[in-house]
Amino acid sequence: MNGLKDAGHLFRFAGLFVVAFLVFLLVRGYVVPKTFGQYGHYRGAAIGEIAQHPVKFAGHQTCEGCHSDIADTKTKGAHAHVNCEACHGALFERLPAPAQPKGNLYERFVALIVPPAPPDAPLLLHADDPATVTPVKPDTLVLCARCHTASAAKPKGFPQVDPAVHMGGVPCETCHNPHSPAMGSDAAASPATGGAK
Amino acid sequence: MNGVVGFMYPNEYALQWSILIVLYPFITGLVAGAFILASLERVFRVEAVKPTYRLALLTALAFLLDAPLPLQLHLGHPERSPEMYFTPHATSAMAMFGYVYLWYLMAVLVFEIWLDYRRDIVILSQQSKGLLRVIYKIMTLGSNNISERSLRIDDKVGWIVTLIGIPSAFLLHGYVGFIFGSIKANPWWSSPLMPVVFIFSAMVSGVAAVMLLYMVTTRLRKLAIDMRCVDTIAMYLFYIFIIDFSLEMLDLIHRIYEADESFRSLDFMVHTRLLIPHIVIQICLGTLTPLVLLFLTQVVHFPEAVRKRLYVLSGCLALIGIFAMRWNVVIGGQLFSKSFLGYTTYKMEMVSREGLLVAIGLTILPLFFLWALVKLLPPWPEKSLHQVAAGD
Repeated sequence: MNGLKDAGHLFRFAGLFVVAFLVFLLVRGYVVPKTFGQYGHYRGAAIGEIAQHPVKFAGHQTCEGCHSDIADTKTKGAHAHVNCEACHGALFERLPAPAQPKGNLYERFVALIVPPAPPDAPLLLHADDPATVTPVKPDTLVLCARCHTASAAKPKGFPQVDPAVHMGGVPCETCHNPHSPAMGSDAAASPATGGAK
Repeated sequence: MNGVVGFMYPNEYALQWSILIVLYPFITGLVAGAFILASLERVFRVEAVKPTYRLALLTALAFLLDAPLPLQLHLGHPERSPEMYFTPHATSAMAMFGYVYLWYLMAVLVFEIWLDYRRDIVILSQQSKGLLRVIYKIMTLGSNNISERSLRIDDKVGWIVTLIGIPSAFLLHGYVGFIFGSIKANPWWSSPLMPVVFIFSAMVSGVAAVMLLYMVTTRLRKLAIDMRCVDTIAMYLFYIFIIDFSLEMLDLIHRIYEADESFRSLDFMVHTRLLIPHIVIQICLGTLTPLVLLFLTQVVHFPEAVRKRLYVLSGCLALIGIFAMRWNVVIGGQLFSKSFLGYTTYKMEMVSREGLLVAIGLTILPLFFLWALVKLLPPWPEKSLHQVAAGD
């Protein structure tokens, strides 16, 4: 018994570990989301939340519904498989965001330290309201160079230029129709126009 | 794009791991090395190094408290760090490290220090006054039993804890090498020797740091340096340094002999961008010079004053060399492209979150921790507890 008495302080230290472990389990039970691990090493409910994000891209079929003349030009050229929104972007405007419900105590504490990202706002697509959401014509000097600037990593058959030498500040669409860029094609050197029917 | 030569993939222009990631293995290395030095006395019964035993333990704790800070600053989201403990990913070495760190901090270092100081803490809790008395009272955990039998139990348990602590220290620092060594996409890092090299270089830096700290603190306290102690530490430093250097050279020779597809790229890098930090600072100044100096102290009977100077010089150079080794691993591994056709440069910032000033601050910070720990738990064997309690 004396041995136990003289080792009593060790039990006190071990007790600290036990208390710390119990506190850890308690806090863990409170802060780990209930759906964590449902499908894998992430919060299962995140999938549903991500699925609820408003769709930003309308898809090329939607564009072609109104811009069939451009679609016809595109099918004949090298950019046939470049989707509309790859160059024009997802044409939308954000509407005011709805109010978010307050999180639990831990989430509110974390939000004090690091403000959370703004909540998803509903979108108004160009396809839904062409008059309100109007596209801005891309600057071909910047846009075309993103893909066609020469680089050792690109396949040899891919059209590549040194933009400073090749263009000299002249916009690409002066000579190439972005929707069908080959020189001498039907649409080449014609203005890159097109509009809703 | 400044400083980029040849073809680099777009995500390789800028270095992701900055000087703070250089600092991190340097600091954990000091922790592991200091603990190994403490274990020399406790487990291997090297009585000559006893004057540094407690100082080594406190040094390890001071640097261990500082060790996560470079990572926290680099990652920039300290509020997320508890998640590593709450939802650990068993297949991630980085995630598992959180537990290794906590184990080493609480189950090894704090427990061993508590066991070793328990008698002192109980006496200090009775002799000191004010806030210190409260702190010491808390540290006793409510047990004032310092009977001979209980102290003997402490000694035995402390021995076991140190014994467990040695593989734990190896695990703590071996893990850092493991992280780099297991990145198979990077030929500068990917080597099974990496954890072993990191462990031995950690021992070199930790032993050198404690030797320097002992000499400086003894000098500041206007006491005579125990030459038997520093001679023994220097001897161990020399032996560990030889093993460390041999392992590094083995790794280098193996790379040269293997000469795989990355070799020309790495060879070019060592001869150009890493020439100063790798060849000049790490190998010549930080390894060969202290090795020669330490060798001389082993074979020539220098007077005491000369030996002291040689130890200080070789200790400082060893620390510079080990820091350069961390620099060359972390920064060097990011200077070349995975295409093996291009190279980039690292432009260190000054006052940003990952800048030089922050790195200097994080290097000095453990010395403040150590100062506070030394004030609270004096490691000097010659000072009586009564003097300490009286604030002398």
